This record gives sequence, structure tokens and C-alpha cells, in this order.
Amino acid sequence: MNKPYNHTKATLALAKASFRSIMRSPSAVVFTLAFPLIFILVFGFLGGGGIKVDLAIAPGSDLENPVIKTLESTSVVKLLKDKTAAEIDQELEKGNIAGVIDVHKNIAPQPAYLADVRYTSAAPDKGNILKSVLNNLMYSLNSRDLKPSVAEFRESTVHGRTYRTIDFILPGQLGFSLLSTGVFGTAFVFFSLRQTLVIKRFFATPVKRASIILGEGLARIGFALLGAIFIILIGHFFFHFTLIHGALTVLNMLILSIIGLVVFMGFGFVVSGIAKSESTIPPIANIITLPQFLLSGTFFSIDHFPVWLQPISRALPLTYLNDAMRKVAFEGAGLWDVKLQILIMLVWGVGIYALAVKVFKWE
Amino acid sequence: MDSNNAIISVRNLVKSYADFKAVKGLSFDVYENEIFGLLGPNGAGKTTTLEIIETLREKTSGEIFVDGLSVDQDANAIKRIIGVQLQAAGYYPNLNLVELMELFAGLYGVNIKPMEMLEKVNLQDKAKAKYKALSGGQKQRFSIATTLLNSPKIIFLDEPTTGLDPQARRNLWDLITEIRKNGTTVVITTHYMDEAEQLCDRVAFVEHGEIIALDTPDNLIDQLLSRGFERKKEVKKANLEDVFISLTGREWREG
Repeated sequence: MNKPYNHTKATLALAKASFRSIMRSPSAVVFTLAFPLIFILVFGFLGGGGIKVDLAIAPGSDLENPVIKTLESTSVVKLLKDKTAAEIDQELEKGNIAGVIDVHKNIAPQPAYLADVRYTSAAPDKGNILKSVLNNLMYSLNSRDLKPSVAEFRESTVHGRTYRTIDFILPGQLGFSLLSTGVFGTAFVFFSLRQTLVIKRFFATPVKRASIILGEGLARIGFALLGAIFIILIGHFFFHFTLIHGALTVLNMLILSIIGLVVFMGFGFVVSGIAKSESTIPPIANIITLPQFLLSGTFFSIDHFPVWLQPISRALPLTYLNDAMRKVAFEGAGLWDVKLQILIMLVWGVGIYALAVKVFKWE
Repeated sequence: MDSNNAIISVRNLVKSYADFKAVKGLSFDVYENEIFGLLGPNGAGKTTTLEIIETLREKTSGEIFVDGLSVDQDANAIKRIIGVQLQAAGYYPNLNLVELMELFAGLYGVNIKPMEMLEKVNLQDKAKAKYKALSGGQKQRFSIATTLLNSPKIIFLDEPTTGLDPQARRNLWDLITEIRKNGTTVVITTHYMDEAEQLCDRVAFVEHGEIIALDTPDNLIDQLLSRGFERKKEVKKANLEDVFISLTGREWREG
């Protein structure tokens, strides 16, 4: 009884309890692991093929000719052979297929074949891709035996690292997983511990408030890091997610994860403080997480957003976490190279914790 | 029990909220190793008084010493020598009883064997159960077990038997008596006068934030009789609860 009270022991006991509790909570596991993994799986499998346009072959079209043969070996074009004329017309109107081609032998001696093509205007981008693919193909077919009269076009490709969809999607999903576990997890835990008087019982022991916050924080960070490692490894080994410097890159990503998570937990503390009841937590938390989910470059690069939207994107902390993660993972940047992103996250952190101190409630 | 060493002394305790005074100048002592009962209707200020002594609530004025420690200056030292069972408390979600015991051992900074603590309150069979899955009586026994972790000098029990069936209630009385036998002072609140009569060495009646009587149950009853009180109905040598217990048995019930 006379030995001094050990705050570290109390903090670690809380961290252990909280970690066990999180691991047994279905919603935490779903949000942190299952959601990001589903997105990664979907995009991982989608991402392999690149762009594809569907081209229907009109019924009655000649199939044994160089045009169709070349089209069959073109990876961008997917040929649909068994469609009826009615089906084709319908799908052209909807823009489901990019065009329809009808090849037949010419009655006149030159050229040997005629190819009638109709494009869709319902999906102009697909139609245009198809148009240029076909132009290119016809040109090579027709000029195969000719000497160029103006200039010969000689192509070669620079071989760089392949930037796969997974290289874009995985950091975004990781960031979003950290955001939701930070905001939702923290908000629910502190709200329910307060509401069910668990915290009151804690206060009847010599434990300090700082130990309670720290213990909870440690548990959540531990859990989120396990999730991050899991996501990164699945991405790397199943979908060839690029980790330039291997383990060092993973380590850098984990450090970024901790910074991001600590900032996001600040939002969680604020939500737990301002929520009036358990059912108001999800809407408030969604107001924080959804815009970031959509606008912070989780799925699409924010460069593709309209100009007026970009400043909003560039104000959100998740944007900088995603940005830093991608630079570290794909470009092999070190933490010092992404200091600007880290700095902006830290500024967010200072602001949000200043607010959290004001609105957080213990009882 | 016969030594009159005050382990808790409360002097002129006042607690005011914005619109009303919950406690209006309470003074009393709790002696070492006694079972002291705070009795009174709901809203009389029992829980408020208890929580101020437990250092969970700020007082408005007055002085309180717990084992010589002032609640103003030594709140943390007090927390280390008391055990607190709250009227309504929750336990960390998703953890079983053993894990909760480990958590509280950490919070109190003590090394204990969780199973031994659970055996003390006869919950060893429920070691892997969640708190939520326990019956009312088991929940209270578990709560009491968490108050014993730090081998406290005093434990505070706030309505531990409310809502329990007669068997579970008697069972808890035995546990409380056992705890006192091991040298711990017990402060308890209850609505059941038979319970106070059976368990408490001394009781204080609290009403509207004031103590209106404080003595041993025996003396209080004698004082009432000396004022000429008579029960309307002739008292039989047994009551309906005795019938209940004799019909359903006194043995341990879980459910």
C-alpha cells in the first residue's frame, strides 16, 4: 500500500482492456478491415485490364477478314458477336456498347472489304476511343505495303514502374480506414463509457484522466496499425501494390498512419462531446468522414475535380494523408519529403484538439 | 467494534446545486470496522453524501476526513484505501470477468489473482462470462469483488441489494458480514429496514439533506417504543419473507 502508484501500469491495463474490447467489437473490425479490403478487392480486380470498349459485330457481317482478325487481337476492344440487330440498337442508344461494325466483301475490286461503323453518342468518351482505335487500325491495314511519302512514324515506349490502380486505391482506402476508426471508434467508445458510467467507476480508482485517454489511444493506434499492416500486405502480395523500399516504406506508411489517426481521433473526441445521444453519433461522424471520403482523393485524384471544388479538397486533412501515403509508397519519398503534408495534418491536429478540450465531457 | 475510532468524519457537509440544496450541513462519524448504514427515502441525499466522501463529487462546504486524509488535499490517497460500489455502474464492454479483474488490478496498481478474487464472491464458475450476462445478484457480487481488489480499509456499497430476490439478498448479507469480519469498515445505503436492522451496527436516517436520527438499530427501536409507539397488528414470530425462504430454500440461486 505504501509503494507509489504506478500510472504506466494503469495506462497499460486500460490499453490492454480496450484493445481486447475493440478486437471483439464487430463494427470496429468491419470498418477498419472489411470495408477497405472489399474496395481493394473490387478495384484490385477491376484495375488489371485498363480501358475497354465494347464493339458489337452486326449480324450477317463477314467474320473471316483482316479487319475482324486485327480487332480480335486489339486489347482495348472487346468484340460482341452474338447480338441481334434489335439488341444492338438498344444498347447503342443506352451507350452500353461503343459502336457496331458490319464488314462485308466489296463488289467493286478495290478495296477488298467495306466496313460500316456506327458509333454511340450516349457515351461519347467510349465512342471517341473506339473511333481512334478504328482509324489507327484501318490506317495500318491500308498502309501495310506502302512506303510513307511524308514521314515515317517510329514509336517506342519508355519503361517505368507500372502505376496500377491498386497504387492509387490502397493508400486512399488505408487513409479512409484510419479516418473511420479514429472518428467513429473514439466517439462511440468515450460516449458509451461515459453513458454506462464505466468512466465514473474508473474515477473511483486512483487512475488519472490522462491515463484513460492515453490507454484508449494506444489501444486504437495498435488496432489501426494491425489493420494497416494487414491491408498493405494483402495489397502487396495479392495485387502487386508497389512498396519501393520494402519494409522501410511500410514503416514510413505506419508512421504516417499514426499521425493521421491521432488527428482523426481528435475529431472523435469532439463528436463524443457534442453528441446528445448514441443515435446522434453516426450522423455527426458522417458529416466529418463522408466529405473526406469523397473529396480527399480516396477514389479519384482530386486533379479531376472541378476547379471550384479543388480548394475544398485541399483543405481536408485526409487529402494530405492520402497524398503523403502515395508519395511514400509509389515514389519512394521519405518522411522528410512529405513534411508539408505532415505539417498540415499537425496544424489540423492542434486545431481539433483545442476544440476537443473545450467540448469533451467526462460525465 | 467496541473501539470508537472514527475512520470517517464528516463535519457540516453542504452540497448545493444551482436550484436546491441536496445536503444541508451533515455531521457524523463512521467508526473503524463497523457496518454503518445511511437510510432514507430516495432523493434524501444519501448517494450525494456517499459520492462526496468517495471523492467523486465536489462538496460546497464542510470538512471530511477519511482515515485522517482530507478529501480536499488527498483525494488520490483516499481512492487507494477505499473500495467503491456505485448504485449504477457499468463495466468495460466485451470483457469477461477475469479480464475486468485484470483491468481493475491495473487501475488500482495491485497484483492479484483474478480467480481468487472471483472465488471470494463465489463467481469462479462465471470467470469467462461477460458482466452483461450475469444475474442481478451476480452483478452485485462482482461489483463488490472489484471494490476488494486493493484490500481497502473502507468499502462503500450504494444500495447493493435493490432489485434482488430474497435468496440473493441474504447471500449478499453473508458476504458483507464476511468482509467486515476481515477488518474492513463498511458504509452501506439501503431502502430495506430489515436489512439495516440485521446488518448495521449503527444507522443514520437522512431526510431532506439532514440527519434526523443516528444510533444503533436497537436503541432507535427502543426510543420509538418508549414514545408509546405500537404496531397496529400483533407481530408474529415469523414474517412472509421467512415463509418465502423456508418454502424456496436458502441455497444459492443463479438466475
